Amino acid sequence: MQGFLDIFDIYLLEAVINGILLGGVLALLALGLNLIFGVIDVTWICYAELVMIGMYAMYFLVQYYGISYFIAAPLTILLVAILGALLHYLVIAPLLTAPPINQLLATGGVLFVLQSFATVAFGIDFRNLGIRLPVLAFGDMNFSYARLLSFLAALVGMVAVYLFMTRTFTGTAIRAISQDRQIMALMGVDTKRIYLITSAIGGGLAGLAACLLVLQYDVHPFVGLSFGPITFLICVLGGLGNFIGGFIAAFVFAEIISLGGLFSDLEWGYVLAFAFFIVMMFIRPAGLLARRR
Amino acid sequence: MTRQGRLVAWGIGLAALVALPFVYRDPYHLHILVLILIWSFAYTSWSMMGRFGLVSLGHGGFMGIGAYVTALLWNHLGLSPWIGIPIGMVAAGVLALIVGYPCFRFRITGHYFVLVTLALSGIVLQVITATRDYTGGSLGYTPNRASGNKLLALQFDDKITWYLIALAVWLVGIVVWHLIDRSMSRYALEAISEDEDAAAAAGVDVTAEKLKITLISAVMTALAGAIYCQYQMFITPDTVSGIAVSLQMVFAAIVGGLFVSLGPTVGAVITIMLAETLRIGFGTKAVGWDNLVYGVLLVLFIIFLPKGILGSLLDRLKPQRKVPRAHEQKAVQIARPGT
Repeated sequence: MQGFLDIFDIYLLEAVINGILLGGVLALLALGLNLIFGVIDVTWICYAELVMIGMYAMYFLVQYYGISYFIAAPLTILLVAILGALLHYLVIAPLLTAPPINQLLATGGVLFVLQSFATVAFGIDFRNLGIRLPVLAFGDMNFSYARLLSFLAALVGMVAVYLFMTRTFTGTAIRAISQDRQIMALMGVDTKRIYLITSAIGGGLAGLAACLLVLQYDVHPFVGLSFGPITFLICVLGGLGNFIGGFIAAFVFAEIISLGGLFSDLEWGYVLAFAFFIVMMFIRPAGLLARRR
Repeated sequence: MTRQGRLVAWGIGLAALVALPFVYRDPYHLHILVLILIWSFAYTSWSMMGRFGLVSLGHGGFMGIGAYVTALLWNHLGLSPWIGIPIGMVAAGVLALIVGYPCFRFRITGHYFVLVTLALSGIVLQVITATRDYTGGSLGYTPNRASGNKLLALQFDDKITWYLIALAVWLVGIVVWHLIDRSMSRYALEAISEDEDAAAAAGVDVTAEKLKITLISAVMTALAGAIYCQYQMFITPDTVSGIAVSLQMVFAAIVGGLFVSLGPTVGAVITIMLAETLRIGFGTKAVGWDNLVYGVLLVLFIIFLPKGILGSLLDRLKPQRKVPRAHEQKAVQIARPGT
């Protein structure tokens, strides 16, 4: 009996720590989306598809052109940032005054476009980078090195965004616009430019997430569907536009998935997480950290 | 058109549709027609909620429940679809109530409603995949072939029978749409979609009205899933449930026109014909092209034609028919700046 408990605890601890590491990746994914939502007040349903395009970019740069991972990563981030700005310029900007649902549906259309573009251009094969990072063994527990790296990069990314938002003029303007978008135009801030910059940063964060995810997962045109929905749920659970809330929600979700997966199949972990989300929506509709009215 | 004139036109159109399979028997074209009718019914069910601003991405879930409950009861318990389909519909309805009631009670609207329903279709998809011992997981599921009475098992080999069944189901959908269009609920829901507080102040029971339309819409979508399953005899989680299916419904309804009864049908005709034409024209090379065209069209439609093809056409034909409702007006202004 004692032996059984020991083993059980090790697995439990491993699942908890893996959950934290997974939480880092999810938090990074949620960060970009939260930024877009907080500032422009638009939900990019196609956000995960931007990540997917970024993963393909990494794959082709590293595998096909033989560029080193660390040079390919900034290129990818730049590419996805440009995609983000384009998305805003072509799709969101004409719809800024439309009902919010229309913006959401239009980005739903972009989701179809990106997904099928990947299918047409790259085929439906699963591809991976071919880089196999070592597995860290710590005591009896195994952790993926890639996950640890993503976790750290996510932390760095979040701190960088935080510093940018609080220490630079542009960042201050972005925060001001998210508080009142009508007044800021009168204060001499070019809202169009700020929106474009924000979209580019949001895209850049998607690109960063892509660089990290490509280390852990195979890329295929529908990979976005596997983590897209969960990213939205995290943002909503944390309170749309609330960075700290999104950060905490990412870890809560990751733990639910990881621990649910420990006791049963991974799918049940997701089911639990989704169900938890729906229940939380009723208890705290404005997010985990919202002040009670 | 006068009321009688419209009824006569509907009568002639219907008679032509019923007579069609007896005159024209090409099995492939009939197959496409059956698919169009079944999906039109599903899209019409979605649009009943969608036209009042209740954009749900959970309908993939309801459709999946209808299809899988019917097939599972038939295979595991030997329960005829005649009983299984109502059970599936009830299950979808119960789920709609469980999720809908707190949503409407706690005033979860707009983005938040969309995302809650998105989680719902995510749950259904994951549950179907997770219970792969019973449902076959993502590999799909086939209802057992009936050994005895075909009628009892609701399995028919010939396309004409299926065409007539699908036509009847589709007609039910259109009739229900018109019944709602003429009911007091429509005015209540329109008021709610414009301003919930004002509607509540004017004596509209917001929660009850929203629940009613959600229930009707979910139950009908489950029926569409079950009929699709019986017709195709093969379902996978990806073809009948999940987010992709939900988005497909939204897309077709918007392209056709959300605010007119035949809009979703027109949407289904356009999307399915487009997919089939691309498939035949380009063969396996066309994998993905149909969705690419869909996506571009969806974006263009939302930006330039938010009332859909049929809606805009009808507007063009009768410009001063009635004053558009406020939320349509707003959409039209955005579509045509300067008017």
